[in-house]
Amino acid sequence: MSGNGDSTSRRALVALGRDPLAVTGGVVLVLLVVAGLAGSWLAPAGINEVDVDRMLQSPSWAHPFGTDELGRDVLSRVLVAARVSLQVGAVSVGIALLAGVTLGLFAGYYQGWLDNVLMRCMDVLFAFPVLLLAVAIVAVLGPGLSTAMVAIGVVYTPIFARVTRAGVLSVREQVFVRAAVATGASDLRIMRRHVLPNIAAPLIVQTSLSLAFAILSEAALSFLGLGVQPPEPAWGRMLYDGRGFVTDAWWLGFFPGAAIFLTVLAFNLVGDALRDVLDPRQLTVSEARRNAG
Amino acid sequence: MTGESVATDAVAELTDLAVWFPTPAGVVHAVDGVSLTVRRGETLGLVGESGSGKSTTGLALLRLVEPTAGTVQVAGQDVTRWSRRRLRRLRRRVAMVFQDPQASLDPRHTVGASIAEPLAVHRLAASGAARRDRVAELLDLVGLRRDLAERHPHELSGGQRQRVGIARALAGEPDLIVLDEPIASLDLSVQAQIMNLLRGLQRELGLTYLFIAHDLAAVEHMSDQVAVMYLGRIVESGTPAQIWREPAHPYTAALLSAVPVADPPVQRGRQRIILAGDVPSPIDPPTGCRFRTRCPQARPDCAQTDPVLVEIGSGHQAACLFAGEAVRAMRAQPVNASSP
Repeated sequence: MSGNGDSTSRRALVALGRDPLAVTGGVVLVLLVVAGLAGSWLAPAGINEVDVDRMLQSPSWAHPFGTDELGRDVLSRVLVAARVSLQVGAVSVGIALLAGVTLGLFAGYYQGWLDNVLMRCMDVLFAFPVLLLAVAIVAVLGPGLSTAMVAIGVVYTPIFARVTRAGVLSVREQVFVRAAVATGASDLRIMRRHVLPNIAAPLIVQTSLSLAFAILSEAALSFLGLGVQPPEPAWGRMLYDGRGFVTDAWWLGFFPGAAIFLTVLAFNLVGDALRDVLDPRQLTVSEARRNAG
Repeated sequence: MTGESVATDAVAELTDLAVWFPTPAGVVHAVDGVSLTVRRGETLGLVGESGSGKSTTGLALLRLVEPTAGTVQVAGQDVTRWSRRRLRRLRRRVAMVFQDPQASLDPRHTVGASIAEPLAVHRLAASGAARRDRVAELLDLVGLRRDLAERHPHELSGGQRQRVGIARALAGEPDLIVLDEPIASLDLSVQAQIMNLLRGLQRELGLTYLFIAHDLAAVEHMSDQVAVMYLGRIVESGTPAQIWREPAHPYTAALLSAVPVADPPVQRGRQRIILAGDVPSPIDPPTGCRFRTRCPQARPDCAQTDPVLVEIGSGHQAACLFAGEAVRAMRAQPVNASSP
């Protein structure tokens, strides 16, 4: 699968490069990853350097994003908090991807009662508003970073299960799957080697879109005090803390809010562009053209 | 019951096979009482229109469809009730080549990976190097360059793809290869090459084929035995010479008249038998003889009695109450036979 996978992804990358919105989103994501990896090293000040002499200073050259009510540098805290957001996004979407793809694969491949049971469970999860469900799970498990990640992962599992199942349903009817059965291949082998690679495109798109939602959910949970616990910086928590100073110190809420906004926007831009580029119908059309020509 | 009834040279034997599919509209009688024997080193040509059940019969040999009734025996063993685990062994013994080589190859796998799949599944190669060697050997066998192993199906021509499909079928050294219309979706010029390849491989490796086709022309030069199917039943079987020279079932005669002859005067002088209407629904097959609704020679008896296959010559069988006679009458009375 490497060669074709390469040529498919190469084609996808070339098409992405021509889309200015996708490039913009990509650049923001790169900056975000740099901030996440090297945030504490890039930060001009320590995140917990309390200094009562410079409380609530407006943005200046010394403190581009200003300082908060304890005199901490907002820029530094925003930079360091990027790591938390990325971590939550990656881990929670990772959980959702693993669980959702597994459930969707089995449901779609075996169909019948297993499909019914699994997908009805997914429907139940899906029926709850995302945040309500996440709050309920955190309430049961207790607040904190890791429970927030688990909760967000559970909340986004159904969407991956559905996307996977839909892909499996169409791929399993393909002749090459029957051909694999005819060689004596086991179900697991067929799922791993034939079904999964052929439904990768919609899963990649769903992953990038879900990263945006997961980061937003973490911000919301932190805002509600159910996610990252202070003094550890998190964008949602900073937004919450800044809300009391909206009229006096707008920068407390503005910069973490802008960070959330830009991150979610970037993931959405890239996700939408990927969807256009990896659209299975477009792939079949272009491949059909290649075959005809 | 393992194997008593199997002749020593029979690679595969179907006995009274029935395959029914329940659908919302009713039960589809795709295969309804088919018995046939494929002998080692021979080719059995299985011919019929779409919907005749010929492909389902082929799939039943690999247990890719569940038999409703009857038995499937392969290499002397009754595999009708084999468990899923044991079925994997059956699917090494019986391999399959599909009609559409493009659809039957995973677009994300290289040619080499596709050919090596049976080797991987049945652990037939001790190492990666051994597997690559075997793939190269198989590519040689089917007349493809070795470096094509790194390519993907979309980079190949239709004929090359079908060669890959054949190489994959050969990989596990099966006792029987089911060829499900292997040339039907190929260009005419390529069809001949693939037929020659299949014949050459059979000679070289002593292969046994079940060759499924929708017209008699495709199987004429390839088959040792021919069986003609209509609506889930075998209506006539025999050697190609018997079928060609003296078809005994009106349906066979109609199929034969559709085969063009590459000799204009002969072709012009020939009597075409054009069957009226479509194949009836296999959900609700006609009473009596299943062919009577389209048979130019149908008589009142045909609605009453369901004809069984009877021996009308050495190894030549037909399921028609008026075997032979009906065909002679058809050929003598063209007016009855042709319809718009």
